[in-house]
Amino acid sequence: METTILDIQKIRKDFPILNREVNGKPLVYLDNAATSQTPKQVMDAIVDYYSNYNANIHRGVHSLSQEATDKYEGARHKIQHHFNAAKAHEIIFTSGTTHSINIVANGFTTLLNKGDELLVSAMEHHSNIVPWQMLAERTGAILKVIPMSIEGELVMDEYDKLLSNKTRLVFCNHISNALGTINPIEEIIQKAHKAGAAVLVDGAQAAPHIKADMQKLDVDFYTVSAHKMCGPTGVGMLYGKEEWLNKLPPYQGGGEMIAEVTFEKTTYADLPHKFEAGTPNICGGIAFGAALDYMNGIGFDAIAAYEHELLQYATRKLLKIKGLKIYGTAKNKTSVISFNIEGIHPYDIGTILDKLGIAVRTGHHCAQPIMDFYKIPGTVRARSCFYNTEAEIDILVAGVKRAAAMLQ
Amino acid sequence: MITQSYYYHKPLKGCATYRIFAQMAAMEIKEIQQDIVDEFSMFEDWMQRYEYMIELGKSLPLIDEKYKTDDNIIKGCQSRVWVHAELEADKLVFTADSDAIITKGIIAILIRAFSNQRPQDIIDSDTQFIDEIGLKEHLSPNRANGLVSMIKQLKLYAVAYQTQLN
Repeated sequence: METTILDIQKIRKDFPILNREVNGKPLVYLDNAATSQTPKQVMDAIVDYYSNYNANIHRGVHSLSQEATDKYEGARHKIQHHFNAAKAHEIIFTSGTTHSINIVANGFTTLLNKGDELLVSAMEHHSNIVPWQMLAERTGAILKVIPMSIEGELVMDEYDKLLSNKTRLVFCNHISNALGTINPIEEIIQKAHKAGAAVLVDGAQAAPHIKADMQKLDVDFYTVSAHKMCGPTGVGMLYGKEEWLNKLPPYQGGGEMIAEVTFEKTTYADLPHKFEAGTPNICGGIAFGAALDYMNGIGFDAIAAYEHELLQYATRKLLKIKGLKIYGTAKNKTSVISFNIEGIHPYDIGTILDKLGIAVRTGHHCAQPIMDFYKIPGTVRARSCFYNTEAEIDILVAGVKRAAAMLQ
Repeated sequence: MITQSYYYHKPLKGCATYRIFAQMAAMEIKEIQQDIVDEFSMFEDWMQRYEYMIELGKSLPLIDEKYKTDDNIIKGCQSRVWVHAELEADKLVFTADSDAIITKGIIAILIRAFSNQRPQDIIDSDTQFIDEIGLKEHLSPNRANGLVSMIKQLKLYAVAYQTQLN
């Protein structure tokens, strides 16, 4: 049964890579949680930039520089509107989520005191753990963990107990990359604010699936990587409330981020430039905007509904395989399926699937604490997205069965 | 003394006898590698190759449990790989294990090629045969697979024991 929500065959024509073969088999790309594929429309934006108006921005008085600046700042406005930020300068272009989190973690060095508390969810990607551990080491702040249940849901009662007037910051992903859980960030944000703490939400996995509204969420910081939502690698955003971004010191020094420089003293530029030292990824920023245009053209409601269908279909089919166990069974989850087959190492399954042209991710998915929680070395992760089909899920299921037969 | 011993060995390494000896021993590793290449050439497709590797993995003599320590884990593999090396007379003997069966098969192939050889011959040998038996994908610098790290570790052991022999 193919869906009627989206015209998948038409959509697939936008992604040239989906036509290629891998190991002599048609590619079935299900590693979308690691990176999504790129539609022609985004590639066209990249080619257009380098073919027609490649120039450095913000400084040049010549026409090409003006054009490039207009397009780059235009992309910032697109991103602002997409995420419904109150102001364009609350959108900082970064190299991606990791960079975004590091800007905030570094900025809080001067704002924390010894004994202040930071709360991290048990299901974070390493990029939303390590920068905070480094911050805690620098400042003497204490890092505490919001535990999760066996289903892969945060234990909110424990969160309530951990929150106190010592809590300064809470960080949590919107959607878990390893388990697919959609976290109740509205509640997390409200409760943190009541306790006087700020919240950073890692939106890397959510942005390709949900249109997050910064003002409605009232979130303090939100981070996104363009390459997970049809954009290019090496570009992303940090959303920060103006009041917070003004409080944080700059992360890197250099050109672009200054107001005035003398050898005695430098004053910093206003937002967003304060956090955008050096020549940015101009083409990447513009292509990020094109990726948002593309995804909005399809529509996020339709994407979410269709991906939910794929999730249900794949879950049902995979669970029929003997010995297969899915990790992450939250009531509210996206189309990330993390699984293992009893007695088989995920690496072995991934290796055989690759031979069958099926791209999945194996390993700890940069979330070792989750694997330790389940006492497993890793999982096989398949993340279907709006250009995948039920026919491809069938190929995955057949591939897993074949791998299991070879390996058992 | 150290200087003397260095000068004592240096001319020896340059002499004809040494070269012939080194060549003979290197031939041994090369011969084993050629045997492996010949075996793999009989397989018609990847599936047979992998089934064979899985069999090799299953039949790999296990490493003594006491050597499955964190110190013996090879870093950079998605699966856990332990390698232990021991010098028996002038030959280096490897034992190993992994929690992934395909990885174990790859280790079995490497051990067949490099175990029970003189450290210097292990150092001098190449690993071209991996490509020839159709496992090129395992040689990619992708951190997910550990073949490159494994070969590096075997060679490091050889270097360490060669130093000891000197």
